[in-house]
Amino acid sequence: MDPLDIARWQFGITTVYHFMMVPLTIGLGLVVATLQTMWHRTGREHYLRMTKFWGKLFLINFIMGVATGLVQEFQFGMAWSEYSRFVGDVFGAPLALEALVAFFLESVFLGLWIFGWQRLPKRVHLASIWCAVIGTVFSAYFILAANAWMQHPVGVEMVDGRPVMNDIWAVLTNNTLLVHFPHTLAGALSVAGGFLLGIAWFHLWKRRRDGIDTVAADGTVVVGTTGSKGRDETDYRVWYSSLRWGAWIALVAFLGTAFSGHAQAQLMIQQQPLKMAAAEAACHDGTAFSVLSVADLRSDGATDCDDVVGVFEVPGLLSFLAHNNFTTDVPGVNTLIPQYQEDYGTHLPDDPMYGERAGQEIDYLPVMEVTYWGFRIMITFGGLAALAAAIALWLTRKGTVPASKPLMRLAVAGILAPFGANAAGWIFTEMGRQPFVVAPNPDPTGIDQVWMYTAAAVSPGVSAAELLFSLILLTTIYAVLLVVEVVLLTRYVKGGVPAGMPELTQDEHDDDGGGAGKDGTVDSDVLAFAY
Amino acid sequence: MESIEFLPTFWFILVAVLWVGYLFLDGFDLGVGMLMRGWARNESQRRVILNTIGPVWDGNEVWLVTAAGATFAAFPLWYAALFAGLYIPLTITLLALILRAVSIEYRGKALTARNRDRWDWCMAGGSAVAAFSIGLMLAVSTTGLPLNANGDRVGGPFAWLSWEGVVGGLAVVGFSLAMGWAYLGLKTDGAPREAAHRHLTRWLPLYLLPMGAWGVAVVSRQDSLIPWILLALALAAALGALMAAQLRREGWTFIALGASLLTGAAGIFLAVFPVVLPSTIDPAFNLTAMNASSSEYTLNFMAWVAVIMVPIILAYSAFVYWVFRQRLHETHIPESHVVTPV
Repeated sequence: MDPLDIARWQFGITTVYHFMMVPLTIGLGLVVATLQTMWHRTGREHYLRMTKFWGKLFLINFIMGVATGLVQEFQFGMAWSEYSRFVGDVFGAPLALEALVAFFLESVFLGLWIFGWQRLPKRVHLASIWCAVIGTVFSAYFILAANAWMQHPVGVEMVDGRPVMNDIWAVLTNNTLLVHFPHTLAGALSVAGGFLLGIAWFHLWKRRRDGIDTVAADGTVVVGTTGSKGRDETDYRVWYSSLRWGAWIALVAFLGTAFSGHAQAQLMIQQQPLKMAAAEAACHDGTAFSVLSVADLRSDGATDCDDVVGVFEVPGLLSFLAHNNFTTDVPGVNTLIPQYQEDYGTHLPDDPMYGERAGQEIDYLPVMEVTYWGFRIMITFGGLAALAAAIALWLTRKGTVPASKPLMRLAVAGILAPFGANAAGWIFTEMGRQPFVVAPNPDPTGIDQVWMYTAAAVSPGVSAAELLFSLILLTTIYAVLLVVEVVLLTRYVKGGVPAGMPELTQDEHDDDGGGAGKDGTVDSDVLAFAY
Repeated sequence: MESIEFLPTFWFILVAVLWVGYLFLDGFDLGVGMLMRGWARNESQRRVILNTIGPVWDGNEVWLVTAAGATFAAFPLWYAALFAGLYIPLTITLLALILRAVSIEYRGKALTARNRDRWDWCMAGGSAVAAFSIGLMLAVSTTGLPLNANGDRVGGPFAWLSWEGVVGGLAVVGFSLAMGWAYLGLKTDGAPREAAHRHLTRWLPLYLLPMGAWGVAVVSRQDSLIPWILLALALAAALGALMAAQLRREGWTFIALGASLLTGAAGIFLAVFPVVLPSTIDPAFNLTAMNASSSEYTLNFMAWVAVIMVPIILAYSAFVYWVFRQRLHETHIPESHVVTPV
């Protein structure tokens, strides 16, 4: 097998996997910090319970992000040493900045928050979750700065064939980054919104099924209680608030992804026109946005760009996405490829750094099935999640969810849609940059002379056997850990609020006001929390 | 010999400081992790020692992330050659650190004793393997890899294997165990504290022996006297740690071990400077702080960031240690919490 293919599969698998944990960490972190702030401000019990419950799920997920993040940092050097050498002067800086400015903040203060309940003054404890969450947001910023540079190199000059940084400010305010960042944050919030919505729906449904909450003749909820603190009236407030929060977050986040995505498309058309054309499976110049295109398979199974047939197109929409009008032609693949060939050559240089690929013809067209469908899956899943959130807001306007079990299952399954949208978006934008790892930009604000072929980026000294060894090992352990994480999340979800708040049920045996007092201090030496 | 420039030298020192910070801070986490199976005999002992590192281990691991990130930013050629050259040991390091991290969070959530045992083995094994392979990586960086002119390792997937690497691996395992015990002596009351006293007074020289061997192996390859003096200071600090352990001065034991690491590492790093990764094929292919570094602009900017951020990081990390300064005893640990569906 070709080391390049294995290295690419490994990077793709480990990155998509890592990015299942990351958006939930960022989105849910913001939610938990806001909930704790609400509790701090209003003193209302259900905000405390929400903070503890969602905080527990946040931590179960957070640790997986930490554990898999290290792989991301190490594999640039391990599998992509030529890439690291080529871009190190400019690409290493945001990674080191991430560690120094963001990751320390996040990790140190999260430890303080986990163990700081009832040991810190409330205000300091609240500040610690905000420090950790701000750390996660900064972290996203710096990592996206590094990624944006690969999409749109800025702030460098070429010295002895390598890009050398001469303007860090340009790297940190790269226009690609400035649209990437809100898009990614909104994507993270959409994950958190769907997560809250689905899980809260499940609990409200369960309360109805168990006969705790009932519905009056006019459809409004009649909240009941079992007397147990895990199933009292406050518990109802926990889930109903969570559901409404989740639905609103999902809606607002969708608008955020749509507007920032539109800005991204407009930059993409200038910076990486071929990615846009591949996203549209657009072979010829035109203005129509493809809703569905299919390839006309020839008898021998082979197809090329000209066999793609638009089944359903919206005239003018592509021009709007790209140029904010309905008439400007967007260049298609057939126009762009000769341009790329003219600018960057038709064959890889006959250089040993390309290994067996030296002198091969370059295919400038990204894998169109992946870009075309990646783009559409992203939009479809994102849109479905928003539509579901809007329907959920309407269905629950009278205070609870319908008793229907299939509908509950749908709400729970809907948790996956924003994850799918996030993954598809990344796969689209990274695969759409091929065959380049650092994409050249014809855009005048970028630097046209900086690019690197993916084929030149892989570690020359590392054998296919080594890469295969790590690919198999990491994929296996990732698969096992995914099962573990989902099992744990499911168990804690089913455990409801007491799962994240054991003191809630322990107090039932101890109603004389002992244990954790209302003033937030402890009167014994037993830790409020321990692993 | 090429001229010594200020910025690459500064960054060489800074990367060394980050590695020392990592070995010092995560050293005791890894040591405690190994003792989860290596010493603790029952659930309450395990939970006491695990919770001594509970609030701080993740912050400590960031020193590793920062050391690697700073190496990438400041010395991309060193980062590329070392990480690609040690592909297999680093894959295993990653696997070990993943299992360690996840087991800390998940062991208490296991429903059966058998699953908890599995997580404890992940914790202990992950800690031991991570300590060994990180030590191996650092030792190889001082003693060399078969690098060609481009900085690529030649000679196959196992070309990094050398006795110095193994000694370096054992050095970090031994040092982490010593630090783990010293930390438990400082942070617990009852059985772990007693065990720490017993183990350190008896076995401390053995724990530190491979570290000494690595130091001598590296320092004896050069002619300058100063690294020898630093190694002698490290030995003196180690003896001080042993004395402090016998006198039951737990704070001083911990500090003396840290001083021993600092002086020993300073001796080793000084002995190899300005080489950051020697080539065992041809000294002309050696990577040095000068020829492996980033441009002046990058080094300068990142130096300012580091000079501002490192003291801030140290300050808030110190605050967290201060908040959790209380010694832990079995009676402080709350009952474990079994989650049942509502």
